[in-house]
Amino acid sequence: MHKPTKKRKLSAGTLVAYLFLSLASILSLFPFYWMFVMATQTSSAYNSIPPTITPGNMMVENFQKVLSQIDFFGALWTSFVLCSVVTLVVLFISSLAGFAFAKFNFPAKNVLFVTILLTMIIPPQLGLIPQYFLIANAGLLDTLPGVMILFFLNPLGIFLMRQYVNDSVPDELIEAAKLDGCSNFRIYRSIVLPIILPAFATLGIIVFTAVWGEFLWQFTVLRDPENYTIQVALASLSNTFNVDFGMILSGVFWATVPLIIIFLLFNRLFISSITEGSVK
Amino acid sequence: MDSAYQKEKKVKKRRLSEKKKDMVSAYLYIAPFFVIFAVIGLYPAVFSFYLAFQSWNGLGDMSFVGLNNFRIVLEDPLFWKSLYNTIIIGLMGTAPQIVIGIILAILLNAAFLRFRSFFRVTIFMPYITSMVAVALIFSVLFSDHESSLANYVLGLFGMDPVSWGSSEWGTKIAISIMVFWRWVGYNTIIYLAGIQSIPKDVYEAATIDGASKFQQAIHITLPLLKPFIILTVFFSTVGALQLFSEPTVFLGASAFTRDEAMTVVMYLYRDAFRLQSFGTASATAIILLVIIVIFASINTYLTSGIGKKKRRE
Repeated sequence: MHKPTKKRKLSAGTLVAYLFLSLASILSLFPFYWMFVMATQTSSAYNSIPPTITPGNMMVENFQKVLSQIDFFGALWTSFVLCSVVTLVVLFISSLAGFAFAKFNFPAKNVLFVTILLTMIIPPQLGLIPQYFLIANAGLLDTLPGVMILFFLNPLGIFLMRQYVNDSVPDELIEAAKLDGCSNFRIYRSIVLPIILPAFATLGIIVFTAVWGEFLWQFTVLRDPENYTIQVALASLSNTFNVDFGMILSGVFWATVPLIIIFLLFNRLFISSITEGSVK
Repeated sequence: MDSAYQKEKKVKKRRLSEKKKDMVSAYLYIAPFFVIFAVIGLYPAVFSFYLAFQSWNGLGDMSFVGLNNFRIVLEDPLFWKSLYNTIIIGLMGTAPQIVIGIILAILLNAAFLRFRSFFRVTIFMPYITSMVAVALIFSVLFSDHESSLANYVLGLFGMDPVSWGSSEWGTKIAISIMVFWRWVGYNTIIYLAGIQSIPKDVYEAATIDGASKFQQAIHITLPLLKPFIILTVFFSTVGALQLFSEPTVFLGASAFTRDEAMTVVMYLYRDAFRLQSFGTASATAIILLVIIVIFASINTYLTSGIGKKKRRE
Protein backbone atom coordinates (compact mmCIF):
# COMPACT_ATOMS: atom_id res chain seq x y z
CA MET A 1 0.00 0.00 0.00
CA HIS A 2 1.25 3.43 -0.86
CA LYS A 3 0.47 6.22 1.50
CA PRO A 4 -0.28 9.52 -0.21
CA THR A 5 2.97 11.44 -0.44
CA LYS A 6 1.50 14.88 -0.84
CA LYS A 7 -1.84 16.36 0.02
CA ARG A 8 -3.96 17.34 -2.90
CA LYS A 9 -6.85 19.68 -3.11
CA LEU A 10 -10.26 18.08 -3.11
CA SER A 11 -11.25 17.97 -6.76
CA ALA A 12 -14.66 16.94 -8.11
CA GLY A 13 -13.15 13.63 -9.16
CA THR A 14 -11.85 12.77 -5.71
CA LEU A 15 -15.15 13.80 -4.18
CA VAL A 16 -17.05 11.43 -6.47
CA ALA A 17 -14.54 8.69 -5.67
CA TYR A 18 -15.05 9.14 -1.93
CA LEU A 19 -18.82 9.25 -2.34
CA PHE A 20 -18.82 6.07 -4.40
CA LEU A 21 -16.57 4.20 -1.96
CA SER A 22 -18.56 5.43 1.03
CA LEU A 23 -21.80 4.30 -0.57
CA ALA A 24 -20.25 0.90 -1.30
CA SER A 25 -19.08 0.62 2.32
CA ILE A 26 -22.47 1.59 3.70
CA LEU A 27 -24.28 -0.90 1.46
CA SER A 28 -21.77 -3.57 2.48
CA LEU A 29 -22.18 -2.90 6.18
CA PHE A 30 -25.88 -2.12 6.37
CA PRO A 31 -27.19 -5.72 6.26
CA PHE A 32 -24.88 -6.53 9.19
CA TYR A 33 -26.22 -3.61 11.20
CA TRP A 34 -29.78 -4.37 10.25
CA MET A 35 -29.35 -8.01 11.25
CA PHE A 36 -28.35 -6.75 14.69
CA VAL A 37 -31.38 -4.44 14.82
CA MET A 38 -33.78 -7.23 13.93
CA ALA A 39 -32.10 -9.62 16.38
CA THR A 40 -32.97 -7.21 19.19
CA GLN A 41 -36.51 -6.31 18.11
CA THR A 42 -39.90 -7.87 18.70
CA SER A 43 -41.60 -9.51 15.73
CA SER A 44 -44.22 -6.79 15.78
CA ALA A 45 -41.54 -4.16 15.22
CA TYR A 46 -41.15 -5.73 11.84
CA ASN A 47 -44.64 -4.65 10.83
CA SER A 48 -44.14 -0.99 11.63
CA ILE A 49 -43.99 1.58 8.86
CA PRO A 50 -41.52 3.20 8.51
CA PRO A 51 -39.32 0.20 9.40
CA THR A 52 -37.47 0.22 12.70
CA ILE A 53 -33.79 0.87 12.20
CA THR A 54 -32.68 1.19 15.80
CA PRO A 55 -31.93 -1.71 18.15
CA GLY A 56 -34.57 -2.84 20.62
CA ASN A 57 -34.31 -4.70 23.92
CA MET A 58 -35.28 -8.22 22.87
CA MET A 59 -31.76 -9.48 22.36
CA VAL A 60 -31.94 -12.12 25.09
CA GLU A 61 -35.54 -13.17 24.40
CA ASN A 62 -34.92 -13.67 20.69
CA PHE A 63 -31.85 -15.73 21.36
CA GLN A 64 -33.75 -17.84 23.88
CA LYS A 65 -36.26 -18.57 21.13
CA VAL A 66 -33.39 -19.66 18.90
CA LEU A 67 -32.16 -21.98 21.64
CA SER A 68 -35.60 -23.53 21.94
CA GLN A 69 -35.71 -24.16 18.17
CA ILE A 70 -32.23 -25.51 17.48
CA ASP A 71 -29.24 -26.79 19.42
CA PHE A 72 -27.33 -23.61 18.61
CA PHE A 73 -24.14 -24.20 20.56
CA GLY A 74 -24.11 -27.89 19.67
CA ALA A 75 -24.36 -27.01 15.97
CA LEU A 76 -21.68 -24.35 16.32
CA TRP A 77 -19.40 -26.90 18.00
CA THR A 78 -20.16 -29.51 15.31
CA SER A 79 -19.20 -27.03 12.60
CA PHE A 80 -16.05 -26.10 14.49
CA VAL A 81 -14.98 -29.74 14.86
CA LEU A 82 -15.82 -30.45 11.21
CA CYS A 83 -13.81 -27.49 9.92
CA SER A 84 -10.86 -28.06 12.26
CA VAL A 85 -10.45 -31.72 11.36
CA VAL A 86 -10.87 -31.06 7.64
CA THR A 87 -8.39 -28.18 7.75
CA LEU A 88 -5.74 -30.22 9.58
CA VAL A 89 -6.14 -33.19 7.26
CA VAL A 90 -6.05 -31.03 4.13
CA LEU A 91 -2.98 -29.15 5.37
CA PHE A 92 -1.20 -32.43 6.00
CA ILE A 93 -2.15 -34.10 2.71
CA SER A 94 -1.47 -30.95 0.67
CA SER A 95 1.87 -30.07 2.21
CA LEU A 96 3.15 -33.62 1.91
CA ALA A 97 2.09 -33.86 -1.73
CA GLY A 98 3.26 -30.31 -2.44
CA PHE A 99 6.66 -31.20 -0.99
CA ALA A 100 6.83 -34.28 -3.22
CA PHE A 101 5.92 -32.33 -6.36
CA ALA A 102 8.30 -29.48 -5.55
CA LYS A 103 11.42 -31.36 -4.46
CA PHE A 104 11.37 -34.88 -5.87
CA ASN A 105 11.78 -36.33 -9.31
CA PHE A 106 9.73 -39.34 -10.18
CA PRO A 107 8.21 -40.88 -13.30
CA ALA A 108 4.90 -39.38 -14.49
CA LYS A 109 5.33 -36.42 -12.14
CA ASN A 110 3.98 -33.83 -14.54
CA VAL A 111 1.13 -36.00 -15.73
CA LEU A 112 0.07 -36.63 -12.14
CA PHE A 113 0.28 -32.95 -11.28
CA VAL A 114 -1.81 -31.92 -14.26
CA THR A 115 -4.31 -34.64 -13.30
CA ILE A 116 -4.66 -33.04 -9.88
CA LEU A 117 -5.29 -29.65 -11.47
CA LEU A 118 -7.85 -31.17 -13.82
CA THR A 119 -9.83 -32.64 -10.92
CA MET A 120 -10.57 -29.05 -9.92
CA ILE A 121 -12.92 -28.58 -12.84
CA ILE A 122 -15.27 -31.42 -11.86
CA PRO A 123 -18.37 -29.63 -10.59
CA PRO A 124 -19.23 -30.81 -7.06
CA GLN A 125 -22.81 -31.80 -7.82
CA LEU A 126 -21.81 -34.17 -10.65
CA GLY A 127 -20.97 -36.91 -8.17
CA LEU A 128 -23.46 -35.85 -5.50
CA ILE A 129 -25.82 -38.80 -5.83
CA PRO A 130 -23.20 -41.60 -5.91
CA GLN A 131 -21.35 -39.82 -3.08
CA TYR A 132 -24.54 -39.85 -1.06
CA PHE A 133 -25.00 -43.59 -1.58
CA LEU A 134 -21.31 -44.23 -0.93
CA ILE A 135 -21.68 -42.54 2.45
CA ALA A 136 -24.99 -44.30 3.07
CA ASN A 137 -23.57 -47.74 2.28
CA ALA A 138 -20.62 -47.11 4.56
CA GLY A 139 -23.11 -46.37 7.34
CA LEU A 140 -21.86 -42.80 7.57
CA LEU A 141 -25.11 -41.05 6.69
CA ASP A 142 -26.03 -38.45 9.27
CA THR A 143 -22.56 -38.57 10.84
CA LEU A 144 -19.75 -36.05 10.95
CA PRO A 145 -17.15 -38.35 9.31
CA GLY A 146 -19.61 -38.77 6.45
CA VAL A 147 -19.64 -35.01 5.96
CA MET A 148 -15.90 -34.66 6.43
CA ILE A 149 -14.59 -37.16 3.95
CA LEU A 150 -15.78 -35.21 0.91
CA PHE A 151 -13.85 -32.11 1.96
CA PHE A 152 -10.56 -33.99 2.28
CA LEU A 153 -10.32 -33.73 -1.48
CA ASN A 154 -8.58 -30.41 -2.10
CA PRO A 155 -6.53 -30.08 -5.28
CA LEU A 156 -6.06 -26.33 -4.78
CA GLY A 157 -4.19 -27.07 -1.55
CA ILE A 158 -1.60 -29.23 -3.32
CA PHE A 159 -1.20 -26.56 -5.99
CA LEU A 160 -0.58 -23.79 -3.45
CA MET A 161 1.73 -25.90 -1.31
CA ARG A 162 3.86 -27.01 -4.24
CA GLN A 163 4.24 -23.38 -5.24
CA TYR A 164 5.17 -22.34 -1.73
CA VAL A 165 7.67 -25.15 -1.10
CA ASN A 166 9.22 -24.41 -4.48
CA ASP A 167 9.62 -20.72 -3.70
CA SER A 168 10.70 -20.86 -0.09
CA VAL A 169 12.54 -24.10 0.68
CA PRO A 170 16.11 -24.00 -0.75
CA ASP A 171 17.35 -27.19 -2.41
CA GLU A 172 20.68 -26.85 -0.58
CA LEU A 173 18.95 -27.19 2.77
CA ILE A 174 17.38 -30.46 1.74
CA GLU A 175 20.65 -31.73 0.24
CA ALA A 176 22.48 -30.89 3.46
CA ALA A 177 19.89 -32.69 5.55
CA LYS A 178 20.18 -35.72 3.30
CA LEU A 179 23.96 -35.78 3.73
CA ASP A 180 23.35 -35.77 7.47
CA GLY A 181 21.28 -38.89 6.99
CA CYS A 182 17.84 -37.40 7.49
CA SER A 183 14.97 -39.51 6.22
CA ASN A 184 12.61 -37.84 3.77
CA PHE A 185 9.79 -37.67 6.26
CA ARG A 186 12.16 -36.18 8.83
CA ILE A 187 13.10 -33.53 6.27
CA TYR A 188 9.40 -32.79 5.75
CA ARG A 189 8.77 -32.53 9.47
CA SER A 190 11.85 -30.66 10.65
CA ILE A 191 12.76 -28.51 7.64
CA VAL A 192 9.85 -28.08 5.26
CA LEU A 193 7.03 -27.74 7.81
CA PRO A 194 8.55 -24.85 9.81
CA ILE A 195 9.31 -22.93 6.61
CA ILE A 196 5.85 -23.29 5.10
CA LEU A 197 3.88 -22.44 8.25
CA PRO A 198 2.87 -19.02 6.87
CA ALA A 199 1.34 -20.75 3.86
CA PHE A 200 -0.57 -22.97 6.30
CA ALA A 201 -2.30 -19.85 7.59
CA THR A 202 -3.39 -18.91 4.08
CA LEU A 203 -4.54 -22.38 3.04
CA GLY A 204 -6.03 -22.97 6.49
CA ILE A 205 -8.25 -19.91 6.14
CA ILE A 206 -9.32 -20.89 2.63
CA VAL A 207 -10.26 -24.42 3.71
CA PHE A 208 -11.82 -23.51 7.05
CA THR A 209 -14.07 -20.78 5.66
CA ALA A 210 -15.05 -22.85 2.62
CA VAL A 211 -16.14 -25.80 4.75
CA TRP A 212 -17.77 -23.52 7.33
CA GLY A 213 -20.02 -21.96 4.72
CA GLU A 214 -20.65 -25.00 2.53
CA PHE A 215 -24.30 -26.00 2.49
CA LEU A 216 -25.36 -28.47 -0.23
CA TRP A 217 -23.40 -31.48 1.04
CA GLN A 218 -24.04 -30.84 4.74
CA PHE A 219 -27.73 -30.36 3.95
CA THR A 220 -27.77 -33.63 2.00
CA VAL A 221 -25.96 -35.83 4.53
CA LEU A 222 -27.28 -34.48 7.84
CA ARG A 223 -30.90 -35.31 8.62
CA ASP A 224 -31.22 -35.53 12.38
CA PRO A 225 -31.32 -32.06 14.03
CA GLU A 226 -29.00 -33.47 16.70
CA ASN A 227 -26.22 -33.75 14.13
CA TYR A 228 -26.77 -30.44 12.36
CA THR A 229 -23.90 -28.13 11.57
CA ILE A 230 -24.54 -24.45 12.12
CA GLN A 231 -25.44 -23.82 8.45
CA VAL A 232 -28.03 -26.58 8.33
CA ALA A 233 -29.38 -25.55 11.74
CA LEU A 234 -29.72 -21.91 10.68
CA ALA A 235 -31.40 -22.90 7.44
CA SER A 236 -33.91 -24.97 9.42
CA LEU A 237 -34.96 -21.83 11.31
CA SER A 238 -36.78 -20.50 8.28
CA ASN A 239 -38.07 -23.82 7.10
CA THR A 240 -41.55 -23.24 8.45
CA PHE A 241 -44.34 -21.16 7.00
CA ASN A 242 -44.82 -19.21 10.19
CA VAL A 243 -41.48 -17.45 10.47
CA ASP A 244 -40.27 -15.26 13.31
CA PHE A 245 -37.85 -12.81 11.77
CA GLY A 246 -36.39 -11.60 15.06
CA MET A 247 -35.62 -15.17 16.07
CA ILE A 248 -34.10 -16.09 12.69
CA LEU A 249 -31.82 -13.07 12.56
CA SER A 250 -30.85 -13.54 16.19
CA GLY A 251 -29.54 -16.99 15.25
CA VAL A 252 -27.74 -15.63 12.20
CA PHE A 253 -26.33 -12.73 14.20
CA TRP A 254 -24.82 -14.86 16.96
CA ALA A 255 -23.45 -17.32 14.43
CA THR A 256 -21.85 -14.48 12.46
CA VAL A 257 -20.37 -12.46 15.33
CA PRO A 258 -17.45 -14.84 15.97
CA LEU A 259 -16.66 -14.78 12.26
CA ILE A 260 -16.69 -10.99 12.12
CA ILE A 261 -14.36 -10.76 15.11
CA ILE A 262 -11.93 -13.28 13.64
CA PHE A 263 -12.10 -11.49 10.30
CA LEU A 264 -11.44 -8.05 11.78
CA LEU A 265 -8.45 -9.42 13.71
CA PHE A 266 -6.93 -11.21 10.73
CA ASN A 267 -8.40 -9.28 7.80
CA ARG A 268 -5.06 -8.97 6.01
CA LEU A 269 -4.64 -12.72 6.10
CA PHE A 270 -8.20 -13.25 4.86
CA ILE A 271 -7.78 -10.83 1.98
CA SER A 272 -4.38 -12.17 0.96
CA SER A 273 -5.76 -15.71 1.06
CA ILE A 274 -8.20 -14.73 -1.68
CA THR A 275 -5.56 -13.26 -3.95
CA GLU A 276 -3.15 -16.14 -3.36
CA GLY A 277 -5.85 -18.70 -3.87
CA SER A 278 -7.01 -17.34 -7.18
CA VAL A 279 -4.38 -15.13 -8.73
CA LYS A 280 -1.53 -17.65 -8.88
CA MET B 1 43.62 -45.06 -6.49
CA ASP B 2 41.83 -48.30 -5.92
CA SER B 3 40.10 -47.23 -2.75
CA ALA B 4 39.17 -43.90 -4.34
CA TYR B 5 37.55 -45.74 -7.22
CA GLN B 6 35.66 -48.00 -4.86
CA LYS B 7 34.56 -45.03 -2.84
CA GLU B 8 33.19 -43.37 -5.94
CA LYS B 9 31.35 -46.55 -6.81
CA LYS B 10 29.87 -46.68 -3.35
CA VAL B 11 28.73 -43.09 -3.58
CA LYS B 12 27.15 -43.81 -6.94
CA LYS B 13 25.40 -46.82 -5.52
CA ARG B 14 24.17 -44.81 -2.58
CA ARG B 15 22.90 -42.13 -4.90
CA LEU B 16 21.04 -44.72 -6.94
CA SER B 17 19.37 -46.24 -3.95
CA GLU B 18 18.67 -42.77 -2.67
CA LYS B 19 16.95 -41.96 -5.92
CA LYS B 20 14.82 -45.04 -5.53
CA LYS B 21 14.06 -44.09 -1.97
CA ASP B 22 13.06 -40.60 -3.06
CA MET B 23 10.79 -42.06 -5.69
CA VAL B 24 9.07 -44.29 -3.17
CA SER B 25 8.73 -41.38 -0.75
CA ALA B 26 7.26 -39.12 -3.42
CA TYR B 27 4.65 -41.66 -4.49
CA LEU B 28 3.81 -42.27 -0.87
CA TYR B 29 3.37 -38.55 -0.24
CA ILE B 30 1.04 -37.98 -3.16
CA ALA B 31 -0.85 -41.24 -2.64
CA PRO B 32 -3.39 -39.93 -0.09
CA PHE B 33 -4.81 -37.45 -2.58
CA PHE B 34 -5.18 -40.03 -5.32
CA VAL B 35 -6.70 -42.64 -3.00
CA ILE B 36 -9.28 -40.15 -1.73
CA PHE B 37 -9.89 -38.86 -5.23
CA ALA B 38 -10.45 -42.37 -6.57
CA VAL B 39 -13.01 -43.16 -3.88
CA ILE B 40 -15.01 -39.95 -3.49
CA GLY B 41 -14.15 -38.05 -6.66
CA LEU B 42 -13.59 -40.28 -9.66
CA TYR B 43 -15.81 -43.22 -8.76
CA PRO B 44 -18.89 -41.07 -8.05
CA ALA B 45 -18.34 -39.01 -11.20
CA VAL B 46 -18.11 -42.13 -13.35
CA PHE B 47 -21.00 -43.77 -11.53
CA SER B 48 -23.15 -40.72 -12.30
CA PHE B 49 -22.71 -41.45 -16.00
CA TYR B 50 -23.79 -45.04 -15.36
CA LEU B 51 -26.78 -44.01 -13.24
CA ALA B 52 -27.93 -41.56 -15.89
CA PHE B 53 -28.89 -44.52 -18.06
CA GLN B 54 -30.70 -46.40 -15.30
CA SER B 55 -34.08 -46.11 -13.69
CA TRP B 56 -33.61 -46.28 -9.93
CA ASN B 57 -35.53 -45.23 -6.84
CA GLY B 58 -32.57 -45.72 -4.52
CA LEU B 59 -33.81 -48.97 -2.99
CA GLY B 60 -34.82 -51.58 -5.55
CA ASP B 61 -32.95 -52.86 -8.58
CA MET B 62 -31.73 -50.59 -11.31
CA SER B 63 -32.98 -51.10 -14.81
CA PHE B 64 -31.31 -49.88 -17.97
CA VAL B 65 -33.47 -47.35 -19.77
CA GLY B 66 -31.12 -46.02 -22.42
CA LEU B 67 -31.50 -42.33 -23.09
CA ASN B 68 -34.93 -42.20 -21.53
CA ASN B 69 -33.79 -40.21 -18.47
CA PHE B 70 -32.32 -37.54 -20.70
CA ARG B 71 -35.55 -37.42 -22.70
CA ILE B 72 -37.63 -37.09 -19.54
CA VAL B 73 -35.48 -34.22 -18.27
CA LEU B 74 -35.23 -32.41 -21.59
CA GLU B 75 -38.98 -32.69 -22.15
CA ASP B 76 -39.76 -31.41 -18.65
CA PRO B 77 -40.83 -27.75 -18.79
CA LEU B 78 -39.67 -27.39 -15.19
CA PHE B 79 -36.10 -28.25 -16.21
CA TRP B 80 -36.12 -25.50 -18.83
CA LYS B 81 -37.71 -23.13 -16.35
CA SER B 82 -34.94 -23.91 -13.87
CA LEU B 83 -32.27 -23.41 -16.52
CA TYR B 84 -33.86 -20.10 -17.52
CA ASN B 85 -33.99 -19.02 -13.86
CA THR B 86 -30.36 -20.01 -13.33
CA ILE B 87 -29.18 -18.03 -16.35
CA ILE B 88 -31.24 -14.92 -15.52
CA ILE B 89 -30.16 -14.89 -11.86
CA GLY B 90 -26.59 -15.65 -12.90
CA LEU B 91 -26.54 -12.75 -15.36
CA MET B 92 -28.16 -10.25 -13.01
CA GLY B 93 -26.13 -11.39 -10.02
CA THR B 94 -22.66 -11.62 -11.55
CA ALA B 95 -22.36 -9.34 -14.60
CA PRO B 96 -22.73 -6.09 -12.60
CA GLN B 97 -20.08 -7.40 -10.19
CA ILE B 98 -17.45 -7.21 -12.88
CA VAL B 99 -18.14 -3.57 -13.78
CA ILE B 100 -18.62 -2.38 -10.19
CA GLY B 101 -15.72 -4.52 -8.99
CA ILE B 102 -13.31 -2.96 -11.49
CA ILE B 103 -14.45 0.58 -10.61
CA LEU B 104 -14.07 -0.14 -6.89
CA ALA B 105 -10.62 -1.67 -7.41
CA ILE B 106 -9.41 1.34 -9.45
CA LEU B 107 -10.69 3.70 -6.75
CA LEU B 108 -9.17 1.60 -3.96
CA ASN B 109 -5.84 1.81 -5.74
CA ALA B 110 -5.99 5.58 -6.31
CA ALA B 111 -2.94 7.38 -4.93
CA PHE B 112 -4.95 10.09 -3.19
CA LEU B 113 -7.14 7.68 -1.24
CA ARG B 114 -7.21 7.81 2.54
CA PHE B 115 -8.85 5.26 4.85
CA ARG B 116 -7.85 2.72 2.21
CA SER B 117 -7.82 -0.26 4.60
CA PHE B 118 -11.18 0.75 6.03
CA PHE B 119 -12.83 0.79 2.60
CA ARG B 120 -11.11 -2.42 1.58
CA VAL B 121 -12.17 -4.29 4.72
CA THR B 122 -15.79 -3.11 4.64
CA ILE B 123 -16.26 -3.83 0.96
CA PHE B 124 -14.79 -7.31 1.42
CA MET B 125 -16.73 -8.10 4.60
CA PRO B 126 -19.92 -9.54 3.02
CA TYR B 127 -17.81 -12.35 1.62
CA ILE B 128 -17.07 -13.78 5.08
CA THR B 129 -20.75 -14.34 5.83
CA SER B 130 -21.94 -17.79 4.83
CA MET B 131 -24.39 -18.19 1.97
CA VAL B 132 -27.01 -19.44 4.41
CA ALA B 133 -26.58 -16.34 6.61
CA VAL B 134 -26.78 -14.03 3.60
CA ALA B 135 -29.90 -15.76 2.32
CA LEU B 136 -31.60 -15.49 5.73
CA ILE B 137 -30.70 -11.82 6.17
CA PHE B 138 -32.01 -11.04 2.70
CA SER B 139 -35.12 -13.14 3.21
CA VAL B 140 -36.04 -10.67 5.93
CA LEU B 141 -34.85 -7.56 4.07
CA PHE B 142 -36.81 -8.72 1.01
CA SER B 143 -39.86 -10.32 2.59
CA ASP B 144 -43.31 -10.27 1.04
CA HIS B 145 -44.60 -7.99 3.79
CA GLU B 146 -45.59 -4.52 2.79
CA SER B 147 -43.45 -3.32 5.67
CA SER B 148 -40.24 -5.07 4.60
CA LEU B 149 -37.35 -2.71 4.16
CA ALA B 150 -37.12 -3.38 0.41
CA ASN B 151 -40.80 -2.59 -0.06
CA TYR B 152 -40.53 0.49 2.14
CA VAL B 153 -37.69 1.81 -0.02
CA LEU B 154 -39.75 1.10 -3.14
CA GLY B 155 -42.61 2.99 -1.51
CA LEU B 156 -40.37 6.02 -1.03
CA PHE B 157 -40.02 6.09 -4.81
CA GLY B 158 -43.75 5.73 -5.24
CA MET B 159 -43.60 2.10 -6.35
CA ASP B 160 -45.93 -0.72 -5.34
CA PRO B 161 -44.71 -3.39 -2.92
CA VAL B 162 -43.27 -6.53 -4.53
CA SER B 163 -43.77 -10.14 -3.42
CA TRP B 164 -40.06 -10.88 -3.16
CA GLY B 165 -40.59 -14.44 -1.98
CA SER B 166 -43.21 -15.55 -4.48
CA SER B 167 -43.25 -13.52 -7.69
CA GLU B 168 -41.49 -14.27 -10.96
CA TRP B 169 -39.18 -11.26 -10.96
CA GLY B 170 -39.24 -10.42 -7.27
CA THR B 171 -37.50 -13.65 -6.29
CA LYS B 172 -34.96 -13.38 -9.10
CA ILE B 173 -34.09 -9.78 -8.31
CA ALA B 174 -33.79 -10.41 -4.57
CA ILE B 175 -31.56 -13.47 -5.10
CA SER B 176 -29.44 -11.62 -7.67
CA ILE B 177 -28.94 -8.74 -5.26
CA MET B 178 -27.78 -11.08 -2.50
CA VAL B 179 -25.38 -12.87 -4.84
CA PHE B 180 -24.05 -9.49 -5.94
CA TRP B 181 -23.75 -8.26 -2.36
CA ARG B 182 -21.78 -11.28 -1.17
CA TRP B 183 -19.36 -11.57 -4.10
CA VAL B 184 -18.61 -8.08 -5.38
CA GLY B 185 -15.98 -7.47 -2.68
CA TYR B 186 -14.31 -10.76 -3.51
CA ASN B 187 -13.95 -9.79 -7.16
CA THR B 188 -12.81 -6.31 -6.18
CA ILE B 189 -9.94 -7.81 -4.17
CA ILE B 190 -8.87 -9.93 -7.13
CA TYR B 191 -8.97 -6.91 -9.47
CA LEU B 192 -7.09 -4.84 -6.91
CA ALA B 193 -4.33 -7.46 -6.79
CA GLY B 194 -4.29 -7.37 -10.58
CA ILE B 195 -4.00 -3.59 -10.72
CA GLN B 196 -1.20 -3.63 -8.15
CA SER B 197 0.73 -6.05 -10.34
CA ILE B 198 0.82 -3.48 -13.18
CA PRO B 199 4.20 -1.69 -13.16
CA LYS B 200 3.97 1.92 -11.98
CA ASP B 201 6.17 3.30 -14.77
CA VAL B 202 3.51 2.44 -17.38
CA TYR B 203 1.23 4.98 -15.71
CA GLU B 204 4.04 7.48 -15.26
CA ALA B 205 4.84 7.31 -18.98
CA ALA B 206 1.16 7.80 -19.80
CA THR B 207 0.91 10.78 -17.47
CA ILE B 208 3.92 12.36 -19.14
CA ASP B 209 2.24 11.79 -22.50
CA GLY B 210 -0.75 13.71 -21.15
CA ALA B 211 -3.23 10.86 -20.69
CA SER B 212 -6.02 11.60 -18.21
CA LYS B 213 -6.79 9.26 -15.31
CA PHE B 214 -9.86 8.06 -17.18
CA GLN B 215 -7.89 7.38 -20.36
CA GLN B 216 -5.31 5.50 -18.29
CA ALA B 217 -8.03 3.35 -16.77
CA ILE B 218 -9.47 2.49 -20.19
CA HIS B 219 -6.23 2.01 -22.13
CA ILE B 220 -3.82 0.70 -19.51
CA THR B 221 -5.65 -0.77 -16.55
CA LEU B 222 -8.41 -2.58 -18.43
CA PRO B 223 -6.22 -4.39 -21.01
CA LEU B 224 -3.61 -5.35 -18.42
CA LEU B 225 -6.34 -6.52 -16.08
CA LYS B 226 -7.70 -8.87 -18.71
CA PRO B 227 -6.30 -12.13 -17.29
CA PHE B 228 -7.91 -11.29 -13.95
CA ILE B 229 -11.22 -10.43 -15.60
CA ILE B 230 -11.16 -13.72 -17.51
CA LEU B 231 -10.48 -15.53 -14.24
CA THR B 232 -13.41 -13.91 -12.44
CA VAL B 233 -15.74 -14.38 -15.43
CA PHE B 234 -14.85 -18.06 -15.44
CA PHE B 235 -15.41 -18.45 -11.68
CA SER B 236 -18.63 -16.43 -11.78
CA THR B 237 -20.03 -18.42 -14.69
CA VAL B 238 -19.29 -21.78 -13.11
CA GLY B 239 -20.49 -20.60 -9.69
CA ALA B 240 -23.69 -19.04 -11.03
CA LEU B 241 -24.69 -22.23 -12.87
CA GLN B 242 -24.26 -24.17 -9.60
CA LEU B 243 -26.44 -21.82 -7.57
CA PHE B 244 -28.26 -23.76 -4.85
CA SER B 245 -27.89 -22.51 -1.28
CA GLU B 246 -29.09 -18.93 -1.75
CA PRO B 247 -32.46 -19.67 -3.41
CA THR B 248 -33.06 -22.76 -1.28
CA VAL B 249 -32.59 -20.93 2.00
CA PHE B 250 -34.14 -17.69 0.78
CA LEU B 251 -37.38 -19.45 -0.17
CA GLY B 252 -37.37 -21.62 2.97
CA ALA B 253 -40.32 -23.96 3.21
CA SER B 254 -41.50 -23.27 -0.35
CA ALA B 255 -38.08 -23.85 -1.93
CA PHE B 256 -38.89 -27.06 -3.75
CA THR B 257 -42.58 -26.44 -4.41
CA ARG B 258 -42.38 -23.12 -6.26
CA ASP B 259 -40.71 -22.60 -9.62
CA GLU B 260 -39.96 -18.85 -9.74
CA ALA B 261 -36.43 -19.25 -8.46
CA MET B 262 -35.77 -22.97 -8.87
CA THR B 263 -32.24 -23.44 -10.23
CA VAL B 264 -30.85 -26.44 -12.10
CA VAL B 265 -29.09 -27.81 -9.01
CA MET B 266 -32.31 -27.39 -7.02
CA TYR B 267 -34.14 -29.28 -9.79
CA LEU B 268 -31.51 -32.02 -9.53
CA TYR B 269 -31.75 -32.11 -5.74
CA ARG B 270 -35.54 -32.27 -5.85
CA ASP B 271 -35.50 -35.14 -8.35
CA ALA B 272 -33.04 -37.11 -6.24
CA PHE B 273 -33.86 -36.45 -2.62
CA ARG B 274 -37.53 -35.47 -2.76
CA LEU B 275 -38.82 -37.61 -5.61
CA GLN B 276 -36.34 -40.51 -5.32
CA SER B 277 -35.76 -40.45 -9.05
CA PHE B 278 -32.01 -40.92 -9.06
CA GLY B 279 -31.71 -41.81 -12.73
CA THR B 280 -33.17 -38.56 -14.01
CA ALA B 281 -31.28 -36.62 -11.35
CA SER B 282 -28.01 -38.12 -12.62
CA ALA B 283 -29.01 -37.29 -16.18
CA THR B 284 -29.57 -33.71 -15.02
CA ALA B 285 -26.10 -33.71 -13.44
CA ILE B 286 -24.58 -34.75 -16.78
CA ILE B 287 -26.61 -32.16 -18.68
CA LEU B 288 -25.51 -29.51 -16.20
CA LEU B 289 -21.88 -30.51 -16.69
CA VAL B 290 -22.27 -30.01 -20.44
CA ILE B 291 -24.00 -26.65 -19.88
CA ILE B 292 -21.22 -25.51 -17.52
CA VAL B 293 -18.51 -26.46 -20.01
CA ILE B 294 -20.32 -24.68 -22.86
CA PHE B 295 -21.08 -21.49 -20.93
CA ALA B 296 -17.66 -21.31 -19.30
CA SER B 297 -15.99 -21.71 -22.71
CA ILE B 298 -18.22 -19.12 -24.39
CA ASN B 299 -17.83 -16.55 -21.63
CA THR B 300 -14.08 -17.04 -21.34
CA TYR B 301 -13.77 -16.79 -25.12
CA LEU B 302 -15.90 -13.64 -25.26
CA THR B 303 -13.94 -12.01 -22.43
CA SER B 304 -10.61 -12.71 -24.07
CA GLY B 305 -12.05 -11.43 -27.35
CA ILE B 306 -12.81 -7.96 -26.00
CA GLY B 307 -9.17 -7.08 -25.54
CA LYS B 308 -8.16 -8.46 -28.93
CA LYS B 309 -10.61 -6.20 -30.74
CA LYS B 310 -9.28 -3.25 -28.83
CA ARG B 311 -5.73 -4.08 -29.80
CA ARG B 312 -6.66 -4.18 -33.48
CA GLU B 313 -8.20 -0.72 -33.37
